[in-house]
Amino acid sequence: MRGLFVILSSLVVISLAYWVYNENYATQEKLREISTLQRDIGLQREELAVLKAEWAYLNRPDRLRNLAVINYDYLGLLPIAPEQFSSVDSIGAYVEKLEDSLGLSQGEVEGDERREGEVR
Amino acid sequence: MSERIPLRPLASILSARNNGQNPDLIEKQNLKIRHSKMRDKARLQSEGRLLVLGMAFVSAFIVVGLRMFSVATTLPEEPRAAATGTPILAQRADIIDREGRILATNRITHSLYAQPHEMLDPLHSAKSLAKIFPELNEEKLIKDFTGTRKFLWVKKKIAPEQLQAVHDIGEPGLLFGPREERLYPNGRLASHILGGAKFGREGVLSAEIIGQSGIERAKDDYLRNPANGDKPLQLSIDLAVQSTLREVMHSGMRHLDAKGAAGVIMDVYSGEILAMSSLPDFDPNSRPKYFTGNNPSDNPRFNRAVQGVYELGSTFKIFTAAQAMELGLAQPETLIPATPPFRWGKHRIGEFEGHNYGPTLSLSDMIIKSSNVATAHIAKEIGVERHQDFMKRLGFFDATGVELSEAASARPLLPPHWSELSTLTISFGHGLSASPLHLTTAYASLLNGGHKVQPTLIKRADEEGMAQGERIIREEVSKAAREMLRQVVSSPSGTASFAEVSGYRVAGKTGTADKPRENGRGYYDDKTITTFASVFPADDPKYVVVVTLDEPKETTGERVRRTAGWTAVPVAGEVIRRTAPILGVRPEVASEFQSALRLTSN
Repeated sequence: MRGLFVILSSLVVISLAYWVYNENYATQEKLREISTLQRDIGLQREELAVLKAEWAYLNRPDRLRNLAVINYDYLGLLPIAPEQFSSVDSIGAYVEKLEDSLGLSQGEVEGDERREGEVR
Repeated sequence: MSERIPLRPLASILSARNNGQNPDLIEKQNLKIRHSKMRDKARLQSEGRLLVLGMAFVSAFIVVGLRMFSVATTLPEEPRAAATGTPILAQRADIIDREGRILATNRITHSLYAQPHEMLDPLHSAKSLAKIFPELNEEKLIKDFTGTRKFLWVKKKIAPEQLQAVHDIGEPGLLFGPREERLYPNGRLASHILGGAKFGREGVLSAEIIGQSGIERAKDDYLRNPANGDKPLQLSIDLAVQSTLREVMHSGMRHLDAKGAAGVIMDVYSGEILAMSSLPDFDPNSRPKYFTGNNPSDNPRFNRAVQGVYELGSTFKIFTAAQAMELGLAQPETLIPATPPFRWGKHRIGEFEGHNYGPTLSLSDMIIKSSNVATAHIAKEIGVERHQDFMKRLGFFDATGVELSEAASARPLLPPHWSELSTLTISFGHGLSASPLHLTTAYASLLNGGHKVQPTLIKRADEEGMAQGERIIREEVSKAAREMLRQVVSSPSGTASFAEVSGYRVAGKTGTADKPRENGRGYYDDKTITTFASVFPADDPKYVVVVTLDEPKETTGERVRRTAGWTAVPVAGEVIRRTAPILGVRPEVASEFQSALRLTSN
């Protein structure tokens, strides 16, 4: 009885020791992984800051304005002006013009338009 | 307590008496025994206490000692297992505009330093370096590299391609140190607001960046605080508006051949500055170091909008008119004598270019026609003390308090002895010099319904922006003042008809002041400072726009025109036309019906 107890408990101790050994190495492996990840995160953040700065530099208003002027033929962009504001009433005429140019039949769109008008 | 032994046991006393002894001795003896017993007990008790206390101390020292031992014998280690989102904190917080666009950020670069005693071939290195950096002097490098110095900085900032080129020399004595550099991606835009930064204390591994001027210096503590590394400083500036303001002012300045220009756009209620520009300006990325001229206003680093104190001319008349209405001295229709000249002692006050608006003008017409004489009459009624007090409340006695390092020293120039004559001339804008920002703030306070505003460059939270300052004038007076200013622009006889932008109902006042001579003796005949201070829309004020031009000349007519109406006004009109849509103000292309609706709703 006593012998059996000694054998059993030593088996338990051995298996526990094995488990701790394993866990220890698994933990160290994870820690290494974490530090690699954190270094990567740091590098990525650094890169992100550089990209943000570059983005801001490429989007500086002076440059965009010059680009808009150079590419006026393609873009037709002008500075926003008060004349470009319009009232809701004038949208109808614009839609009609658009429909004509697209060759849509009058009926289909008009129904939608009326419904939208009612909601407003 | 053990059994108490009687002090005079009867048996012993009786036997003592029989033997003819003194029974008191027995009592004494017994008392002595009792006392020594009590003493023994007390000693035992305190010995026990001492022991407990001593053990407590010993165990505390053992714990401290063990901890010290364990700290001393283990290797230092970051707590790696902790799941942190620790950002790589920038050394200095970014600055962003009100929409979150970057105005200032950091860039990683390298510095180049040399350790001559480590060098293999100093002559070759010096030659190659001089080739890579043309601005370095080869002889001086050779002298430095072959001398006794152990360490020297070669370049504070180098570009990546230069870094590679230096690498390729293959000299172990040339070393690189990482550096963070302040970068202003928008270049000259908002240069006076941002100011600039420079390196403070420098080490091999890093260097301090400290603010040199502008908001970088004023908010240096916030920007440098490591806790704010990922919390950018958000300004009230709108990049798009700022860019447009600068562009319009720049072209206006060129057309009118002006020496300089300043413009401010401010939220009329919160005092937030949406755009502020001063021309000429500079590139904060390569800040001009020394200024060699004599006149500080020629320095590109001089911020005209904040530091430039000028006499702002007739723009002040509306303050006089508003105070007269506030005090009940006059109504917009009240007639005021206006026959020039106005005499005060031996001094005579006349009108611009010798006009005569007499014999009487209504208060509204006084503003519309910009009559000095009528304004002086009103100022005389107001009196020195009340006038001084009102100007003080509008902020013309102190620095503006805006968050720029230069602002604290930019105080208005007041007359040294404020006589009645001072009040008379200041009532129409002469004799008191203030910055365009002072004027903007005063206009905002006067025209937003009468609450004082505090100018700021920091974006305000919504509820904070709505907090109202001290009341300066009544709501009705503010409204009447706006109506008067509206007529200056809308009426055909007004001085600012060029500022009429259809749909925006601009209200404003012009100001033309002769420039004082630098030697302090009188004024130039042919140099003016022209100002237009305006608010829009007049019936529902949102923004104040102030434009000041230094020495403008309008030369399309037969003779050169230097008045504000021909110079600052058209520029300001264009500023409003271009910026108002960006600011999200809808132009009122009102039909009769809509405008009637507006009036009743107001």
